[in-house]
Amino acid sequence: MADNTLLEIRGLVIQATSYPPGEPPKEVTLVHGVDLTLQRGRVLGLIGESGAGKSTIGLSAMAYGRGGVRLTGGTITLNGREIRLASPAALRSLRGREVTYVSQSAAASFNPAKRLMEQVIETSIAHGVMTRPEAEARAVLLFRKLGLPNPETFGNRYPHQVSGGQLQRAMTAMALCPKPDLVIFDEPTTALDVTTQIDVLAAIKEAIRDTQVAALYITHDLAVVAQVADEIMVLRHGRMVELGETAQIIKEPRQDYTRALVSVRSLEHAEKPPAPPVLRIEGLTARYRGTHFDVLKRVSVELPKGQTLAVVGESGSGKSTLARAITGLLPPSSGRITFDGRELSPDLAGRSKDDLREIQMIYQMADTAMNPRQTVGTIIGRPLEFYFGLKGAARDRRVQELLDEIEMGKGFADRYPAELSGGQKQRVCIARALAAKPKLIICDEVTSALDPLVADGILKLLLNLQAIEHVAYLFITHDLATVRAIADKIAVMYKGQVVRYGQKSDVLAPPFDDYTDLLLSSVPEMEVGWLEQVIAHRKMESAGN
Amino acid sequence: MHPVLVLVVQRIALGLLLLLAVSAVIFLGVEALPGDTAQAILGQQATPEALANLREKLGLNDPAITRYFRWLGGVLTGDLGTALTNGADIATSIGQRLGNTLFLAGCAAAISVPLAIILGLIAARYAGRWPDKLISGVTLTTISLPEFVAAYFVIYLLTQVFPVFQPVAMVFPGMSFWAKLQAVALPVIVLVVVVLAHMMRMTRAAILNVMQSAYIETAELKGLSPMTVIWRHAFPNAIAPVVAVVMLNMAYLVVGVVVVEVVFSYNALGQYLVDHVSKRDLPVVQAVGLIFAAVYITLNMLADVIGIISNPRLRHPK
Repeated sequence: MADNTLLEIRGLVIQATSYPPGEPPKEVTLVHGVDLTLQRGRVLGLIGESGAGKSTIGLSAMAYGRGGVRLTGGTITLNGREIRLASPAALRSLRGREVTYVSQSAAASFNPAKRLMEQVIETSIAHGVMTRPEAEARAVLLFRKLGLPNPETFGNRYPHQVSGGQLQRAMTAMALCPKPDLVIFDEPTTALDVTTQIDVLAAIKEAIRDTQVAALYITHDLAVVAQVADEIMVLRHGRMVELGETAQIIKEPRQDYTRALVSVRSLEHAEKPPAPPVLRIEGLTARYRGTHFDVLKRVSVELPKGQTLAVVGESGSGKSTLARAITGLLPPSSGRITFDGRELSPDLAGRSKDDLREIQMIYQMADTAMNPRQTVGTIIGRPLEFYFGLKGAARDRRVQELLDEIEMGKGFADRYPAELSGGQKQRVCIARALAAKPKLIICDEVTSALDPLVADGILKLLLNLQAIEHVAYLFITHDLATVRAIADKIAVMYKGQVVRYGQKSDVLAPPFDDYTDLLLSSVPEMEVGWLEQVIAHRKMESAGN
Repeated sequence: MHPVLVLVVQRIALGLLLLLAVSAVIFLGVEALPGDTAQAILGQQATPEALANLREKLGLNDPAITRYFRWLGGVLTGDLGTALTNGADIATSIGQRLGNTLFLAGCAAAISVPLAIILGLIAARYAGRWPDKLISGVTLTTISLPEFVAAYFVIYLLTQVFPVFQPVAMVFPGMSFWAKLQAVALPVIVLVVVVLAHMMRMTRAAILNVMQSAYIETAELKGLSPMTVIWRHAFPNAIAPVVAVVMLNMAYLVVGVVVVEVVFSYNALGQYLVDHVSKRDLPVVQAVGLIFAAVYITLNMLADVIGIISNPRLRHPK
């Protein structure tokens, strides 16, 4: 049998220089001697949490180090040539020709000033693979294959004129256009809504199969990679944990860490019995200034004391707008908000200090929700001073109590946000919200930016805190696994309206309305062949109609 | 109507409104000066009766608002009044000198703008390496030099050490284009030296800012050469800030080059203004001030319009 090896990586070491605040720069090793072999036409999934080195390893197949990252050791053999030490000119001739790249955020990865067609065919022409008419014909073919609307004219548009899901497909077309041997998919569906993700995933899978291209598929979501990969490599802290056929990894994981990844998201929470409401929203309608359509349309929901109402929906469904209306940041045009028995003023200016104190918020991006120049102690201490007038030792004592509650030990009060991990930052934000002793915390996608295992930890913490403090959560999310793990009641939102609402057990039980059915059936399951089943099922249904 | 057209029309309307406001400010400024035109014509020794007569004749006793609109009406119909010192028609005097000013500024811009952008692109391409440091160092030196020092240095170098040019840039009607070019060579060199750094540094900064974007990484991963990445992918997204600075510098070339004109005895608007300020010839000061303001506002308006048109989100709405 002829040697069919496309990419062979041996003993890869990747380093970078880190600049910790207030300390001299130091060398850190991101990848410690990873080996990897990829045959032509095969798909290898690279999976792990952030910081596992999966993107860094993926990009090493193009001998590219992002930022100050350096490939310092080992060999990378592509098509029989060593490329780690290749000259810049040699690397330019293989990048975009033999290996191409699909990034997580296609929206940021397309040049806003150029038409899509120009960008999709650029590589094929620059490397002399095809003439312009050939490349354009191939691009249209790929647009069609990837299910893009009006494939003939799609390329005439600018990036801002098409949706996120379409851009992600266009980027896949851009990667496949020059007929590469290998495509690196770096979290290509992570930024998409779950209902969009499934279509893009199916399109990518079909394109890989039709073009016989090999792929490295990088993701943190095991259920997603199980749909497209032949083999899966599990990575952690820059080392390989386990490598195996896809079915083996998800059915019979050999390592503890892999087992933890497989069982993540299976958290279940028994719903609490009905209770009197702390928050009642009636007929809430709202629009943004200067626009002409309602982002919220007659939304009515109730949140019982000390319980969790999950608000689910895709981006643009009005979930976050609902939060802004409740907090008073966006005064609604009509409707009533009753909180703890009293009606809240529609705008912020009309609310008392207690109104403000009793409703707190936690955001998706813990990074940007904290002042990077304040210590954790100052951040958590601020609401203590503002609402309760605590100062000096009394304040410090309370800060420490709160840090204990969020399971972060001593010494954290003096640290800065930049010194914390993603999960720790989100915990600090939780402590800051708790410091105000609120009756309601609005959690806006608080686990969406976190790795699954870390997210699980945050959800458990939130449930524990609810049991102790009897605080109610309005939990905004697009992720149904999170909903199962935390909700007592659920409101499904679609285009500004609540399309389904009730106790969790009722909402998640059939018969479903069309949208909830679509939403539920789009959540990837950790099962080989799930994607094909769903797609086949949908085709059958639409043929039946 | 296309949204870009709406924005452009708005910008132009705003520019005209601004120009009107500036004309009022200029009028008020001149008005606030001690003494008036009659006093300026007749001198300190004039009798009160003579002054009163002349004021009556010139309409100076009318309220300020009436005189402002009379002046504005004249401006709009091309009548800028007559100079006090020599009784010449101001519009005619300005016309010829404005031509000279625009010729000098045009020559300087034609060289400095492309040169600054090319140098800026090269500096961005080799950011932090020696070509960048060399370009930044040299242009920083030239911008730190007062322009008259630069002018005398250039004169010394190119008329004494290497006598290739005349030290005086005299142009007069009837000169051939080529002769004019030769005449303005020295002041053009000085002006290029003075305005180059500003535009080059802005181009460099704007490009480096864009180079942080994810789509630049995409372009690098396509295997494109660094200069292609900068020219095709970074520059189109850096046009607006670069154009804004280019326009400011072009405005400076038109209205701010008095010192250079004086050094080279170049007969243009700046020198005309300086002459008449020293003679307290208020109608001339007023007229030239208005023209300078119009140049500034027009060029900045143009920068805004180019900024709007270069934005694909505005040009091609969803």
